[in-house]
Formats: sequence, C-alpha cells, structure tokens
Amino acid sequence: MIEVKNISKSFGGQQVLNGIETTFEKGKTNLIIGQSGSGKTVLMKCCIGLFDIDEGEINFDGRGFSGLGEKKKKDIRKEMGVLFQGGALFDSFNVEENVMFPLNMFTKMSLEEKRERVNDVLNRVNLPNAHKKLPSELSGGMIKRVAIARAISLRPQYLFCDEPNSGLDPKTAEVIDELISNLTEQFNMTTVINTHDMNSVLQIGQKISYLYKGNLWWEGSNTEIMHTDNEELNDFVFSTELTRRLKVKR
Amino acid sequence: MKIIAEMGEYAMLMFQAFKRPDKGRVFRRQLMMDFQDLGANSIGIVAIISVFTGAIIAMQTAYNMDNPLLSLKLVGFSTRQMMILEFSPTIISLILAGKVGSSIASEIGTMRVTEQIDALKVMGINPANYLILPKITASVIYNPLLIIFSMFLGIGGGWLACIVTGLVPSSVYIEGIQSWYDPFTITYALIKTVVFAFIISSISGFKGYTVSGGSVEVGRNSTQAVVYSSILIIIFDLILTQLLLV
Repeated sequence: MIEVKNISKSFGGQQVLNGIETTFEKGKTNLIIGQSGSGKTVLMKCCIGLFDIDEGEINFDGRGFSGLGEKKKKDIRKEMGVLFQGGALFDSFNVEENVMFPLNMFTKMSLEEKRERVNDVLNRVNLPNAHKKLPSELSGGMIKRVAIARAISLRPQYLFCDEPNSGLDPKTAEVIDELISNLTEQFNMTTVINTHDMNSVLQIGQKISYLYKGNLWWEGSNTEIMHTDNEELNDFVFSTELTRRLKVKR
Repeated sequence: MKIIAEMGEYAMLMFQAFKRPDKGRVFRRQLMMDFQDLGANSIGIVAIISVFTGAIIAMQTAYNMDNPLLSLKLVGFSTRQMMILEFSPTIISLILAGKVGSSIASEIGTMRVTEQIDALKVMGINPANYLILPKITASVIYNPLLIIFSMFLGIGGGWLACIVTGLVPSSVYIEGIQSWYDPFTITYALIKTVVFAFIISSISGFKGYTVSGGSVEVGRNSTQAVVYSSILIIIFDLILTQLLLV
C-alpha cells in the first residue's frame, strides 16, 4: 500500500499539486485520471522519487520515502517497477538484455537462473520468441510489453505505469490493460496507472483518483464513476459522444 | 550568472559520476563497449588526418627552406616536433571533440528525452556513474594510444611525402627526425592528451545529461558540447604549454 499524505508541489511559483491525500491499495489497479496539465504525471513522478515534493509525505507500506537520502531510497526503488510512457527500453540492448538488466544490477543469480526468469516474464507478456530483437525492431505494443516484462523482472511490490496505452490502437490497449490487471493480481502488487484512456478506467479501474487543477477532486471505483454527480468529473469522463451514450444506456 | 550555474551543475554531475560503480562487471562491460565506440572506431579518421598532416608539414617546411645555409634535415626535425608538440595532441583532440563529443552528447541526450535515464534512476542506479564514468575512463585511456599512433603516422606521412616529391632525400629526413630529441616532449603531449580527453568526454557527457525537451535540444546540446570542448581544449593548451614548456 502506498500512502500519499497531503503532498504539494510547485514549479517556479506555479502550484501543480495542492495537498493531495490518497491511498493506493495493494493488489488493486489504482488509476490516476485527469485532463492534461492536471498534475497526474507530476504526482506519479513524486511517488517514484523523480521529483522532490515541497510538502507532505509518501509512505510505502509504512516506510517513509519522500524524506530519504538517495542511498535509502535505493532500497525501496528496488521494489518498484516502472513502465514509462514510451517504454524507455535501452536502445543498444536487445529484448533479453533489457529484461535481464535489473537482474544483472541487483541480484546474484546465475546466468541460468536469469535466463529462466527472463523466459518466465517474456512468456507472461506473450513475447516468448522476441529475445534477440532490438527495440527498433518492435511495434509500439511490443515495446510496452517488453517494458512491462522488465518492470516485473525483479518481482516488484509496486508497479507504476505512465500512460500505458498512449499511441496504441484500442485492441492492443485492451491487451495491455488486461496484462497489467492480471499481473497485479498474480503478484499482489500495488499498481498505480496514470491514464486518460476511458476504456482503461471502465475496464480495470478498481480505484480511481480524479485530479482537477492539481487537487484531488473525486475518488471511487469504475462502477461508482458511472453514477457520480460530480460536475467536473462528468465533464471529463463523458466528454465524448460514445461515453455519453454509454452513460445514458446504463 | 548562467555560466557559474552551469559550472556548479557540471561539478555536481562529476561528483555523482565519480562514485564507485554499482557493479564492477557491468562497469567493465560498458567500458569495453566505449573502448570500441569512442576509441577503436576513431582509428580510421585519426590515421587519415595524421598521414596527410605529416605530409603537408614536411612539404611546406621544405618549400620554405630556400636558404642554402639551412640543413634539409630540419624538414624531418620540424615535422617530428610539430606532430609531437601540437598537431597530434591538439588537432587530433579537436577532431575527436567533433566526432566523439557529439556522439556522447547525442547518445546521452537521446536517453534523457526518451526517459531511459529516468528508468535507470528509478531502478536505483546512479545514471551519471553508469553512463558517463565509462566514457571518461575509455577516453582517458584510449586517446593517448590514438595520439601516439597519430605521431608515428604523421612522421611517416612526412617521410612518404619527401620520397614521393623528391624534396628531401629519405636518409636526410630520417636523420632529421633523430636529431635534437627531447623525451619530455612526449610526456608533455601525453599530459595534454589526457586533459583534453577528460574535457571532451566530461563536457559532452554533461551537455547530453542536461538536455531537456526533444530532438531539437539534443542537436543543440550536441553542438554546444563540441563548441565548449574545442574552446576549452585551446585554452588548456595554452595553460599547459605555459606550465610545462615555457
């Protein structure tokens, strides 16, 4: 479980996050949604320690993270897996080397054990024969899947996904959503997904936090979101003809 | 003010880069890749430029020596001195600043804008140490070898030019390159090379690491890396010459 306690963040005098207080629950897919510029990426980057927060506290299963020095942060970071928007695979490494990278850096596993782990995670993301391919030879969906495989190779307790569906067609996006949801269940991880894909919200949003202008505006599940009377949230979620029809139908 | 802020950022980045590597085996692997990318892949351009530079120096010196009182062996002597003292360490370093410097800055800069550096950081790896230290180490070790190679080829190029043009007899040229030899000139050249190698790799690493934005900024920072490295090479050339030779 990740506890976010009253955190604030500003850049050059502009307040981006304003007293955010929420909890990301273990074994669930926790979604952060909001319009562009609402602060969701900043919130995620604060959680993984890429931005220092101005005020507040972030705890990982009761362990404070925000005030720690780099050395102590490192111990908690080893328990995190992060899926970046563009995948962030290392260009000069092939798929196998990318997935094996965290194992090389942080474990004393033998080569045989590492290969076994790589095969296991690549099978889980349905890429059993992509070991020797370079990132430049992969499609957008495959890059995301390899990035997920790398993120889970160390069996993390916390998985962060920044816009996992951006740039993907709806079918591939659904595959990625299902994959993340299944892995969360299998490994009992605390998964935090930053998205503005409404299909993801409705499909895997077990807990949804809606950010509006840097404030936490609404929280609930994908069932509750269909019946909310929160004006700003409705404007955001049901902004398209398709979602409006869906709401009327329900 | 901006320059002072950048110098501070550079010093802090170097402090991070010169920490003990997380895994020795991974560091050695990166180092080997950088020996290949930054060193071995530069042999061709260094060889071509050195041979032609040596040949041109020899021909120009011979052309300007129309005084019958001057011995022709001065052609060999001048070629050797110019190659060792200035052309090999400084001009080749300036060329490497263009080739290697832009390569380092654009590689690390692209990693920055595609979030690969963020990925390293959230994995708990020190990105400056993982990316920049092997490149500095590879350059500082490999560049002196390239420069020694360049000296031999330059002097050899001068000899070839003398034979082909018939300006200076081979035996006279060889006698010239053996005359008035001071071994300290090699030490001086190698000290300069090591300093220049550090400047090229660290400045380029810094400019790549601090890219923010997209592909335009990667290109801009790569250019800045080459310009800053070249200017610093010339400034340090003057300082080291004053300190070591004068």
